[in-house]
Amino acid sequence: MKFIHYIEKISGVDVYGLVSLLIFVVFFSVMLTWVIRADKKKIKEMSEIPLH
Amino acid sequence: MQVETFYYDNRIVRAFGYATVVFAIVGMLAGLWVAIQFYAPAASLNFAPTTFGRLRPLHTNAIIFAFVGNCIFTGVYYSLQRLCKARMFSDKLSWIHFWGWQAIIAAAAITLLLGYTTGKEYAELEWPIDIAITVVWVVFGINLFGTILKRREKHLYVAIWFYIATWVTVAMLHIVNSFEIPVSFLKSYSWYAGVQDALVQWWYGHNAVAFFLTTPILGLMYYFLPKAANRPVYSYRLSIIHFWALIFIYIWAGPHHLLYTSLPDWAQSLGTVFSIMLIAPSWGGMLNGLFTLRGAWDKVREDPVLKFMVVAITCYGMATFEGPILSLKSVNAISHFTDWTIAHVHIGGLGWNGFMAFAMLYYLVPKMWSTNLYSKKLATNHFWLGTIGIILYAVPLYWAGFTQSVMWKSFTPEGQLKFQFLETVTNIIPMYITRSVGGTLYLAGAVLMSYNLYKTIRQGKFIPNEEAQAAPLLKTEKPKREYWHRLLERKPVTMLILSLIVVGIGGIIELVPTFLVKSNIPTIASVKPYTPLELQGRDIYVREGCYTCHSQMIRPFRDEVARYGEYSKAGEFVYDHPFQWGSKRTGPDLAREGGKYPDSWHYNHMYDPRSMSPGSIMPQYVWLLDNKLDTSSTAAKIRAMKTLGVPYPDGYDRVANIDLMKQADSIAYNLKKDKIETPADVEIVALIAYMQRIGRDIKTEQKQRMTMK
Repeated sequence: MKFIHYIEKISGVDVYGLVSLLIFVVFFSVMLTWVIRADKKKIKEMSEIPLH
Repeated sequence: MQVETFYYDNRIVRAFGYATVVFAIVGMLAGLWVAIQFYAPAASLNFAPTTFGRLRPLHTNAIIFAFVGNCIFTGVYYSLQRLCKARMFSDKLSWIHFWGWQAIIAAAAITLLLGYTTGKEYAELEWPIDIAITVVWVVFGINLFGTILKRREKHLYVAIWFYIATWVTVAMLHIVNSFEIPVSFLKSYSWYAGVQDALVQWWYGHNAVAFFLTTPILGLMYYFLPKAANRPVYSYRLSIIHFWALIFIYIWAGPHHLLYTSLPDWAQSLGTVFSIMLIAPSWGGMLNGLFTLRGAWDKVREDPVLKFMVVAITCYGMATFEGPILSLKSVNAISHFTDWTIAHVHIGGLGWNGFMAFAMLYYLVPKMWSTNLYSKKLATNHFWLGTIGIILYAVPLYWAGFTQSVMWKSFTPEGQLKFQFLETVTNIIPMYITRSVGGTLYLAGAVLMSYNLYKTIRQGKFIPNEEAQAAPLLKTEKPKREYWHRLLERKPVTMLILSLIVVGIGGIIELVPTFLVKSNIPTIASVKPYTPLELQGRDIYVREGCYTCHSQMIRPFRDEVARYGEYSKAGEFVYDHPFQWGSKRTGPDLAREGGKYPDSWHYNHMYDPRSMSPGSIMPQYVWLLDNKLDTSSTAAKIRAMKTLGVPYPDGYDRVANIDLMKQADSIAYNLKKDKIETPADVEIVALIAYMQRIGRDIKTEQKQRMTMK
């Protein structure tokens, strides 16, 4: 009794991996771009919310 | 613009704050009590509710859900109002939440001590309480989102994101892991069996650490640290990356609790990979916290609040570095099932959660009573007691874990196991004693804090409704250009859905394949459902919390196979609702216990473990010898199992008790041959039946194969 290869038995299993990888990469690149490009003043304003 | 005047609700914060202090002491006392039982088994008082197996779940549940839970709610109810510039959405919901949660804690304490448990770690509470938790959690959610929606502050500060992610993920984890089929009012069986149950449980267990003990506390850190240091967080950009990376990656890491078990290999590797990746966001968060204090370290010397926070954040960093290391298979082979894990979680529990809670209380109480802390000196003493307590707690256990593991794996030159299991236990007793000294110091610190806070409260005047002013949000306001993320962080509902998708992906990828395992496992023909008596015995095994000290999972290592027998196979557990693999070996593994000793050995051993194994630290289970076995539940249990797919013949529920009594009589007869007179219908007989069954299906298969050859 070997406990391998059963993930292959799900029909269309490749889509699972691809979709999640895609979501992962897209989400992170968009977030990173935003974080890097974000307006300094806005960021400062948001970071100071707890203080006032 | 018209400025509005409104009032923050401090009463609810005060209520949760009091509950935090009370349950801190209760939870720690329970912890100390179980710690003492390691070297003084008589401390179990030979009384069922105070044995380790029942008290330990009480300790873990009290600390996680009562102490840290109330701490989270204290912090959320305080900071959310201020970050949203709005009073809580509904005072009524706040109070339903508060009393509902305390009622759940009370119900949990009573049922756990009485032995009502699902047998799944940190999810031990039975189904009616599970439903109550769901209801109260939804009430909290409505209150949380209601407040966010009526806020007067445009942006959602990062702390609120952590609160949202916490709410949605805990809801998901709790519901998925709590699928169970009720047998009676306080008894149920897990919907899942064996490998699947283990995977769901540790997907839950790991993420309970992530989303109950980590993300909400990080939210508190992002609010209270800037407050206490009076400066914004080091990098707000980093906090955004920290948030998304953390919730995205954490959800995948659960299987690292099951390395080298019968869990499929791909799932184990998945757990390891994501655990390693977790270092990045965790340390991002830690550095963000510590760097916030750059140039302000002189304040740390003065201010007890900051002192506690610095150690808390450092412990967070240590625990989140150690976690990934422990997920490496080679390290896990040594650490798993030993006290190393216990040391690791207490760095997190005592250091990160405890110290953050203390810091928050020391900050909040003077603020809400508009006074100064009664004594900084006492607080500093608390700080040192706590810090030394953590060290005295953790270091001996690291030592104990490593030593014991090495002893387990030692062979003589002739190829025999060098140490009996019991020798490896008695060898580390001094470490257990030192650990409880550390715990005592830590508890003493908490008592000191209670006194200090009490005196502070006495000298101040409580502000039940704190006045504040802010302009309302204008609906019409539309900036020319908006980045998507900024749009997003103004929309809490979108945020909620996105967080759910992010954590959902990991969950689905991890769980779906294993749900299909059932149809794909080549089942082992010789593995048969439990007999009615064994099933009853198994429920006693679960009730007494045997899984808190005994594993049922032999890993494929030379020493484990030599000590316990053939390593465990996934197909052996298909009828185990719930699985009982365990996570700690204070006693030896029981996966191949069946047939190892005669029935009379088990009988005597349960009556007094030290009569059979001198030096054993196992509690006595004297009541099992007298308690009548409740056979009225047999039919319902068989029916429930049948619903879950266990192949009992149709109508078996009606005749099951006949088989049960037959087997019980034969065990009583066996015992009589060894000069033990006992009625057949007592609990010990059922437990012996179960113990003699564990792991035998495969043994018989091998014997048959041998004879065939």
